Amino acid sequence: MAKVSMTVNGKAASGDVEGRTLLSSFLREQLGLTGTHVGCDTSQCGACVVHVDGKAVKACTMLALEAEGAEVATIEGQANADGSLNTIQQAFQDHHGLQCGFCTPGMVMSAAALLKDNPKPTEAEVRDYLEGNLCRCTGYHNIVKAIMAASGQDVSSIAAE
Amino acid sequence: MYEFEFEKPSTVAEAVAALADEDAQALGGGQTLIPTLKQRLAMPSKLVSLSSIPQLKELSDNGGMLTIGGAVTHAEVAAAAADSYPALADLASHIGDPAVRNRGTIGGSLANNDPAACYPAAALGSGATIVTSTREITADDYFRGLFETALNEGEIITAVRFPVPEKANYQKFLQPASRFALVGVFVAKYAAGVRVAVTGASEEGVFRWHEAEAALDTSFAPDALDGLSVDAGGMIGDMHGTKEYRAHLVGVMTKRAVAAAG
Repeated sequence: MAKVSMTVNGKAASGDVEGRTLLSSFLREQLGLTGTHVGCDTSQCGACVVHVDGKAVKACTMLALEAEGAEVATIEGQANADGSLNTIQQAFQDHHGLQCGFCTPGMVMSAAALLKDNPKPTEAEVRDYLEGNLCRCTGYHNIVKAIMAASGQDVSSIAAE
Repeated sequence: MYEFEFEKPSTVAEAVAALADEDAQALGGGQTLIPTLKQRLAMPSKLVSLSSIPQLKELSDNGGMLTIGGAVTHAEVAAAAADSYPALADLASHIGDPAVRNRGTIGGSLANNDPAACYPAAALGSGATIVTSTREITADDYFRGLFETALNEGEIITAVRFPVPEKANYQKFLQPASRFALVGVFVAKYAAGVRVAVTGASEEGVFRWHEAEAALDTSFAPDALDGLSVDAGGMIGDMHGTKEYRAHLVGVMTKRAVAAAG
């Protein structure tokens, strides 16, 4: 076992982990942050996307010890300070960007990473960026629409909800 | 995953020392290795992370020679090479998906030498030099077949040097589920001649299509390739495409790459 320390959603977090402990396991099982979902565990689905030092990564495909000293952001830290949904989360609700919700944490974290680098993406850029995030309910349409809306763009011309 | 020890050295020398242990394995970005470990297809005694070695994160552009540290991620190459070597940046920006590109490294990709990976085509197509902890290896000598390279046990890729061509392009026929290339062709035109490297297609891994290179040396235009084809015999045939289909795609993607390179 080795000690790992990092900042998670702005707070110091540490614990004892094995070499093989995944970042997703550390977040979920040791820190109790179960909003980071593990869908496939084979780095296909993207439900486990978190930010490490500002970059979207699949937490199921990174060892916890590799995040030593890093700034980690998870879905639990995305809401506004008063507990209300942030712009991206609210857009997902407004545009019905989720059904079962399992993929949503990863979708929101990927969307946040995209909009940080590209504040006004085209629809094609949104779809391309979501290549590593699978949703089995929505057909992606309203997820794309929600992200476009969260970027402040007019989505009235994008087809039905 | 089987249990393993974990070390995160801060210099290449420390990493080489840590890798001297039996069954020790270097860890790049882990985007292939961690899934492999999860499936228990490998059982290293120790993983030696290369993520905290500053030397391996260096990137430099010395007038026509782009040098990329072994631990530089695909996303970093996509950003850093956008002006100096756009074809390489474009290739890097289409590997896997954004989260994979934020972890996966050029050294990891080249050390693994997956027969459908993109970077081997760029390295071979550019006549790159693979710089390791002990020596320099030309791309022509480096790739040795499926998942086989000239690297010895415990040898680490510290950097890759790419001579920047006059023009170049990479065309990838995507296998949409895996995001790897069903067939990918990298074409680069240098003063010394044209290089054409093909990934995803051959049972022997990445290869140079010399016949196409000779034709393009004469005329760097898509129709210079008319009538040329690769032998379907050595191609990969699987559920995603037959040998004949891949052989056909090699010709198509090479023409597209030449056309796009302009």
